[in-house]
Amino acid sequence: MKRYTIFVITENFIGILNRITIIFTRRGINIDALTASESRLEGIHRITIEVTASEDTVIQLVNQIEKIIDVIKAFYHEDDAVVYQEIALYKIPVARLESGLEKIIRQHNAKVIAAEPDFVVLELTGHKEQTQELLEILKGYGLLEFARSGRVAVAKRMLTIDSLLK
Amino acid sequence: MKDSMIRGADIVVRSLIAEQAEIIFGYPGGAIMPVYDALYDYHEQIKHVLTRHEQGAIHAAQGYARVSGKVGVCLATSGPGATNLITGLADAQIDSTPLVCITGQVAAHLLGTDAFQETDVVGISMPGTKWNIQVRCVEDIAPAIAKGFYIARSGRPGPVLIDITKNAQVDFGEFNYVPCLGFRSYKTHQIIDQSVISQAAKLINEAERPYVLFGQGVTLGKAETELKFFLDKSGIPAACTLLGSGALSEDHPNFVGKLGMHGNYAPNLLTNQCDVLIAVGMRFDDRVTGDLKRYAKQAKVIHLELDAAEINKNVKAAVAIHGDCKESLSMLTEAIESKSHAPWLGKFRELEKMEKEAVMQHDITPTKTGLTMGEVINQINQYKADDAVLVTDVGQHQMIAWRYFNYKKTRTQVTSGGLGTMGFALPAALGAQLYDYSRQVICVVGDGGIQMTIQELGTIMQTKAPVKIVLLNNNFLGMVRQWQQMFFDRRYSFTELDNPDFIKIAEAYHIKSQKVTERSGLTEAIEDMLIHDGPFFLEVVVEKEDNVFPMIATGCSVEEVRLS
Repeated sequence: MKRYTIFVITENFIGILNRITIIFTRRGINIDALTASESRLEGIHRITIEVTASEDTVIQLVNQIEKIIDVIKAFYHEDDAVVYQEIALYKIPVARLESGLEKIIRQHNAKVIAAEPDFVVLELTGHKEQTQELLEILKGYGLLEFARSGRVAVAKRMLTIDSLLK
Repeated sequence: MKDSMIRGADIVVRSLIAEQAEIIFGYPGGAIMPVYDALYDYHEQIKHVLTRHEQGAIHAAQGYARVSGKVGVCLATSGPGATNLITGLADAQIDSTPLVCITGQVAAHLLGTDAFQETDVVGISMPGTKWNIQVRCVEDIAPAIAKGFYIARSGRPGPVLIDITKNAQVDFGEFNYVPCLGFRSYKTHQIIDQSVISQAAKLINEAERPYVLFGQGVTLGKAETELKFFLDKSGIPAACTLLGSGALSEDHPNFVGKLGMHGNYAPNLLTNQCDVLIAVGMRFDDRVTGDLKRYAKQAKVIHLELDAAEINKNVKAAVAIHGDCKESLSMLTEAIESKSHAPWLGKFRELEKMEKEAVMQHDITPTKTGLTMGEVINQINQYKADDAVLVTDVGQHQMIAWRYFNYKKTRTQVTSGGLGTMGFALPAALGAQLYDYSRQVICVVGDGGIQMTIQELGTIMQTKAPVKIVLLNNNFLGMVRQWQQMFFDRRYSFTELDNPDFIKIAEAYHIKSQKVTERSGLTEAIEDMLIHDGPFFLEVVVEKEDNVFPMIATGCSVEEVRLS
């Protein structure tokens, strides 16, 4: 079992996400994270799926995804073949803003993006290991809320969507 | 509003006519009523058959599609009408049958409000369709139908569902039909790499015990002649899957029989002795392979397959030829040497003799008093036309009929293979018959399955479709009973049936019928049935507890195929 990133290049068609996710559900495979966005080209969407599975399983998943009529192409990559980021937000009560916190924010390159009378919100962008590390620390500062996005990623391989549309 | 504008419902019907649909199987209801109203005006251009249940409609459309090679068309209302199609959709999906099903839907402004007869049919049917779409405005109707037909019939065929809201059916729009010729996310044609053909040809030329397995892909790809030429030149023995039956005449000298759990002895056993396995348009279903870990491990596999997702799915291919087998088979025939594999073919014939003595004799010429399913099929073989279509349901009768029916022509096999849908046969036979009234369509069905869709006798009555129904009645759910006997210590849990008087039911539908309980009356009854001009219902009471052999039990390897 390894962590893989699956990229799906697809037409922007109602229900496409459902068609993709049922391929995982049917095989009892959990999606670790999923991000959908418009691509560089109008009308074409890209979906990034993070999954932990064997390579054989991932190949089957990708083949089945690619078989969906409105999917243009699907690929999979191991972690070292993609450049990726995740964003995490941490909500901390003002009452717990202690002196040590400044050092932690600096060390982790986190940012304060909102300050309200009752709480502040920190933001950290990076790999899951980094955002997780900060999460563990901030639990000691009365963390009120935590949210982490799915992976946004681009492949290191030089291949453009335009070439797939030919 | 311009004069040229017509109702969405008319656009639906005119689009179907533009796609050259000849017949619609359907059932009306609230949300599809505008389309039914439109059909009233077009009855000279397109035929509609009112089944007695939506499941009957979709299985009839499947039967029609399977014998004709055309897209089967089905019409149903929203809610329960649509959900009654689901079994047929799943069946068509797994057996690659081209269908376009059109369902009515509540008006767009009511979507998501739990309106009367509203159900999320696009959501429900998603895993069981090749493609589906909801159309909410009149402008989108014709393009959706055009795309739907293109998707259903191209590539690996499959079912498509188009859900049309009621407002779209009653609104007016321009009708300008543009057939779909393809679109960027869906590639149907694959260019076959000559170097892959050369690799495969090298393996085949060097092989000592090559073996061909062919499936429905040959029929779907219209590659029957190409398969025959390939076998003629290569001299390689060939066996078929359940749905592959008919793609090659059983009289062909290289034909060695049928694969799978209840297939023939030699084709299963020798799978584990060949050195090169050439799979053509088949997907290595578990009923064919048995235990995959012990399946053809000694062989180099060459897989000719149109659907990329099937390659390396169950069995890893040494050489994968991705593309249309009509093209790849002729390229391969060109590239191979002309050969004969007489000693290897002889091995199949030797084992065939063993199966004849151990199994077939009992099945075809029984010494016991009770009638066997095998002798009924054998008698049918004597009198049937060469191009007779055999439609079967699911269970013991299906396996026996398949084993003993002599397939000579393509598209003569209609059965529910992948899904194993009981209740499939009667409506599917109706659909097959309505494609061609003059062709012999023989529907072999069990006493369990027929009762799942027996209401379609009404449709047979109304259409006068001359279907020959052969009910093999053992008053048991025979296949489940066989498993209970073999694997569950004969604990016959809920498999025995108290059946109605089927002859009276047939009579109630004004269908000519006959019941046979003894051997002496069998031949004459079959002759009478086959020459009768119109539908015929023949009930044959068969041995109550008989088993289907050979058999590869679940979890066993193909080489563990049993004769008893």
